[in-house]
Amino acid sequence: MANFNLNINGKNTQIDVDPSTPVLWVLRDHLNLVGTKYGCGIAQCGTCTIHLGDVAVRSCQLPVSVVGNQAITTIEGLSENGDHPVQQAWLEHDVPQCGYCQAGQIMNAAAFLKHNQDPTDEQIDAAMNGNICRCGTYTRIKKAIKTAANSENA
Amino acid sequence: MSTIKTQYNRRSFIKVSAAASGGMLIGFSWLNGCKPNSPELQAGVEVPKEWFEINGYIKIGETGMVTIYSPNPEIGQNVRTSMPMIVAEELDVPWENVVVEQAPLNTGFYQNQFAGGSLSIRLSWNALRMAGAAGKYMLMQAAANEWGLQVAELMASEGVIKEINGNRSISYGEVASKAVGIEVPEELELKEVKDFKLIGTSKKNVDGMKIVTGKPLFGWDFHRDGMQLAMIEHPPAFGMTVKDFNEEEIKSMPGVKDAFIIDTTIEEPGMFDEKGFKQLVAIVGETTWPLMQAKKALRVNWETIGTLESSNLHRDRLEKALASGEVTESRKDGNPEAAFKKAAKVIERSYTAPFIAHNTLEPMNFFANVTEDSAELIGPTQTPEALEGSVAKLLGLPLENITVNMTRIGGGFGRRLYVHFGLEAAAISKKIGGPVQLIYTREDDMSQGTYRPTYKSVYKAGLDENNKLIAFSVKGAGLPDGPVFPNRFPAGTVENYSAEKIKADTNITTGAWRAPRSNFTAGAEQAFLDEVAELAGKDPIDFRLELFDRAINDPVGAEHEYEAERYAGVLKLVKEKANWGASTPDVHRGVAAYFCHSTYVAEVFDMIIENGQPVVQKVWCAVDCGIVVNKDAAKNMIEGGVVDGIGHAMYSQLTFENGTPKEMNFDKYQLIRHSQAPREIEVFFVENEIDPTGLGEPGLPPAMGAMANALYKAKGVRYYDQPFMGTDRRVIG
Repeated sequence: MANFNLNINGKNTQIDVDPSTPVLWVLRDHLNLVGTKYGCGIAQCGTCTIHLGDVAVRSCQLPVSVVGNQAITTIEGLSENGDHPVQQAWLEHDVPQCGYCQAGQIMNAAAFLKHNQDPTDEQIDAAMNGNICRCGTYTRIKKAIKTAANSENA
Repeated sequence: MSTIKTQYNRRSFIKVSAAASGGMLIGFSWLNGCKPNSPELQAGVEVPKEWFEINGYIKIGETGMVTIYSPNPEIGQNVRTSMPMIVAEELDVPWENVVVEQAPLNTGFYQNQFAGGSLSIRLSWNALRMAGAAGKYMLMQAAANEWGLQVAELMASEGVIKEINGNRSISYGEVASKAVGIEVPEELELKEVKDFKLIGTSKKNVDGMKIVTGKPLFGWDFHRDGMQLAMIEHPPAFGMTVKDFNEEEIKSMPGVKDAFIIDTTIEEPGMFDEKGFKQLVAIVGETTWPLMQAKKALRVNWETIGTLESSNLHRDRLEKALASGEVTESRKDGNPEAAFKKAAKVIERSYTAPFIAHNTLEPMNFFANVTEDSAELIGPTQTPEALEGSVAKLLGLPLENITVNMTRIGGGFGRRLYVHFGLEAAAISKKIGGPVQLIYTREDDMSQGTYRPTYKSVYKAGLDENNKLIAFSVKGAGLPDGPVFPNRFPAGTVENYSAEKIKADTNITTGAWRAPRSNFTAGAEQAFLDEVAELAGKDPIDFRLELFDRAINDPVGAEHEYEAERYAGVLKLVKEKANWGASTPDVHRGVAAYFCHSTYVAEVFDMIIENGQPVVQKVWCAVDCGIVVNKDAAKNMIEGGVVDGIGHAMYSQLTFENGTPKEMNFDKYQLIRHSQAPREIEVFFVENEIDPTGLGEPGLPPAMGAMANALYKAKGVRYYDQPFMGTDRRVIG
């Protein structure tokens, strides 16, 4: 066990866990931030996506010991009231079916749009291919990403 | 004006109202749809100080805010929005005044509280309308009592009751307290379909904001103070069981509280008790990561108690079954053998599909709190009533001592019809004597069973010299159950017809997987018909419409399980919408139509080849599911079905060696991803006033056929074996 000071959603948090513990389980089991989901545990499905700095990472494969002082943002911290352009676009297109993958999809899309404000379909596919939606809402996700890109440009 | 008998529910309404006066009827508040004080609630009215239970579906606050209980499990089919919409329609309240809460399992009151067979709306349509109409009547009677008038002298709309020949009006909120306990008459008036204001419109998912902000909604998000976590380890192969394990070593690991073997064998198991393994190792602790480490440190002695099957063995068994297996269902019209002999052209083709896993993105999990004389279960189940019954058997408790509550569910697809994980949670809770949440890893889930069976079908068709279809036969075998529906299309359309459904043995456990049987048969049958149409030199849509003409005008045989007019109707609609017949260079078209879950769907795919890979550029869907409740959400269902159908036809499979699936996680098991999904899907509904039918499943099956047929046009090659793009037979353009 070891102590770690983490900056999560703008707040400093201290936890005492095994250094190999993935951030996913720190969030879910220790900090009650359960918006970040477990889907595969091997970084293949994207449901556990969070931001480390402004980069989307898979928290199931991120040991807490390597985070250091990099800021972590989870779905709970993406916006105060669900008013991030990506969240708003998701609502506008009524994207979710079961909804389980959507936090990961949103976090991945939000990081992607920071780096590419005017993406093509192919760029969206390439950026989002690591996020599985078992319900098959892919066409709506793509529409929502385009809507969010336009609103972020505005 | 249509009316509905209230007899079944009337007693329940009264009982519920009486119970309500003594306090809250429904006390499951942890995962309420919208907590009245939550910031995301954007109701059109103030949060009330007091709620009045009108009936088991409805409570109304003095401000006019209405809570509607959604009775069925929510697996992503969006019933938490569409079921309350139906109640709100008949109650006649503004949708923005409505908040939704999940009802608990209450078999004495609600009916059919399960998510399966695309039946939620279909089976509850009348009950939900009745609940709304009864509520409206009670409120109107309360107003009539106040004013000394008859209900017939009043009208109600948008949450307000008015005197027809006068100026008085009163809101539902103002009169709600006086409506409690008012008796409902034996017959109630329902709205005419043409007067619907909510049904047929598009309302956003009531949980949308909670989903996009990551609020705790799902089974795995449930937490109760003092609760332990548990993980299981099941045998590595079908045909094995657990003997013993390094118990002391595991118990001594950091973060592990306990480790033991559980047995979930029950007497007289029901249809939803299918499971891979009854005896399992369970490990209990406070947090997930140490439990995952403990799982890795397990050294278990497994015992082989049956055949360790392989995919080769499965292929052999399907072959043998087709040659000489037990026929479980069949149909024969005319004399197919003689007709094939005299046919000018005969074509025979075989189709196969592998075992596949459901792979709901939220793996199995359940909370259980078992005491000496009670059990409380909370989590994601499609069949809470079956779970209640099985837990009662396992624990030897009466049904009334067991409560089951449903969380939002991270995907169903049939996986959570099976209750074994709830049972396992109960067994673990009993052993440790306290509350526990059982969680599965992806590998635990993917290797546990209840898979879609593996199938092989042989189709044969005979054409006469005028290219008329005079003979048709299908033999379909499955491990363990065959995929054939003998009385479905093309039964009724061909003079000489034979269909045989054949079973064969396996110890791999199987279960209902989204659109059971249809999820293979539609693809095979619709691809075969495409080939037959080509042999006949006919357009594939015209060829099918000719067959439907026969079923409409002069059907063969005593009966068939579809309405040929509606079947032909969706084909005609998709033909028109897709502008079928027009050709665009380098765009390749495939079509398929299918009927299941009482719904008709036709799909046209436009495919292009990009970088050597097939890309579905556009999909048109025509759907006849009767009345559409929530239009945009209904489109979402069909879109998802199309994507799911393409994905499993193209990419997904489980293969076996020594009783073990070789694919246990998403590195090897391919699910369709963003870049493989269609670029655009357009959905059109046939408009009619028929009571709603299924939506969750029917979009999927025809997609497999339309995909195969478009691939043929694009590549000049027919695909007979799913997955078309399996790792062993990758298609390169």
